[in-house]
Amino acid sequence: MKVTIDGHEIEVEPGTTILQAARMIGGESVPPAMCYYSKLEGTGGKCRACLVEVSKGSEADPRPMPKLMASCKTGVMDGMEVKSISSPRVLEARKSVTEFLLINHPLDCPICDQAGECDLQNLAFQHGKSQKRYKEEKRTFEPEDIGPNIQLHMNRCILCYRCVKTAEQLTDKRVHGVCGRGEHAQISTYISAAIDNEFSGNMIDVCPVGALTDKTFRFKSRVWFNKPYNAHRNCPTCSGKVTLWMFGEEIQRVTARKDEFHEVEEFICNDCRFDHKDPKDWVIEGPRKFEKFSVINQNNYTKKLDKVVLNTEEHILAGREQDRKKISMKDIPYTEHESKE
Amino acid sequence: MSSNTYSLSGRKKTVSDKKLTWTERIYLVAIFKGMMVTLKHMFKKKVTIAYPEQTRPFSPVYRGRHMLMRDDEGRERCTACGLCALSCPAEAITMKAAERKADEKHLYREEKYAEIYEINMLRCIFCGLCEEACPKQAIYLTTSKQIAKADVTRENFIFGKDKLVMPLEMAIHNTKQQNQA
Repeated sequence: MKVTIDGHEIEVEPGTTILQAARMIGGESVPPAMCYYSKLEGTGGKCRACLVEVSKGSEADPRPMPKLMASCKTGVMDGMEVKSISSPRVLEARKSVTEFLLINHPLDCPICDQAGECDLQNLAFQHGKSQKRYKEEKRTFEPEDIGPNIQLHMNRCILCYRCVKTAEQLTDKRVHGVCGRGEHAQISTYISAAIDNEFSGNMIDVCPVGALTDKTFRFKSRVWFNKPYNAHRNCPTCSGKVTLWMFGEEIQRVTARKDEFHEVEEFICNDCRFDHKDPKDWVIEGPRKFEKFSVINQNNYTKKLDKVVLNTEEHILAGREQDRKKISMKDIPYTEHESKE
Repeated sequence: MSSNTYSLSGRKKTVSDKKLTWTERIYLVAIFKGMMVTLKHMFKKKVTIAYPEQTRPFSPVYRGRHMLMRDDEGRERCTACGLCALSCPAEAITMKAAERKADEKHLYREEKYAEIYEINMLRCIFCGLCEEACPKQAIYLTTSKQIAKADVTRENFIFGKDKLVMPLEMAIHNTKQQNQA
């Protein structure tokens, strides 16, 4: 099937969504996604951040779709033409969606441990307005303890359901979910039962905002002061491939490796994430690279620099042969020492 | 053209060897001319001032020593977000965050606060980028004339929270003034 996104043509399998096709093309036309997660089934369709304009439905029915479509849930048709960043309607819609997502968000980025690697922060930076119009009081929740390793900040949650799907699909017994409806909907465990599954820590990586953060990393550092390294270890339960966030010789945080769309490449177990903070446990492969605009690159000098080589003539300082002949004083000794000999 | 006839720098002067006349030889005219220059300067406006009795006005954008502000309830504004350290071109700022305990709500404004906050005054270039970066209006460069006291050890130039945080009396005074206005 042939689909055109922002003028880029691509051949895709039937059943691919517009978002997946856009990600295959890459670059600026990839719609932002807050709730869709390609590694988890049934995610997407909730945040509306990935809205795109379908200017031509398909080859068979070339009428444009009247409304903006959620690209994570809309499958491609043959000959479909999609406008993502090239459509002013889409950009306007993204601005509005960002405003909606930020209505109840506390904007406590200076305190939040997710700041610097937060999807909502990136979305607001790229598509948000700098003013707010919401004057009413923001929704707040009582702080709740959901175990020794994971910190829940319900105020920051945007209800993307990613963590619920993670728990459902990665672990056999889910103990947390969304309770309540509408404005009262919140992520919670039933009667504050602690989350202690082996893979529960992946909720932290999956969370697009700072609602679920690492309790062992709480307020330890900001992400841009850490040096991220790729590392691995022989783990019996998971792949053991992680990113270490080091500060000097200390491992402050262990996370899974995230790809360019901030999705976890391989899920890791809690043992790797929370219990192995000794550099001796890990084999460090090298520095982890991030997008060019990411704040994590601050003060990191991991870019490869070649040694400067001057491609000049061999005797450039001595002068050219024909010029040296012109120097008339050449035969007269330069120093006293020479003249005595 | 030989080098005698033109000047590369444009400042070349040919020195002449001509004999001085009688009036030039007695020097009285030259001395009088020189004294006139001195005399003229006695009636000109002085360019110096009698420091320290007199001081010059500072520029309105003068940036002096840093201060970590308190809010109108006397709580520290800084939440150790690290943006000042990130923006600092001289890498003079370091900090360590800590979580506020339940009984410290009157001391710190937010959930997180700076347990250690240090500025190396020898590294600081007083550019004011930390003030610009601060999202909580916590750090300001004051108009304080004394930037750092003269000292012999480098450690004494690393200013901790004891020297940087606004004194409580000042916060109380500020709040009183605000309430009156």
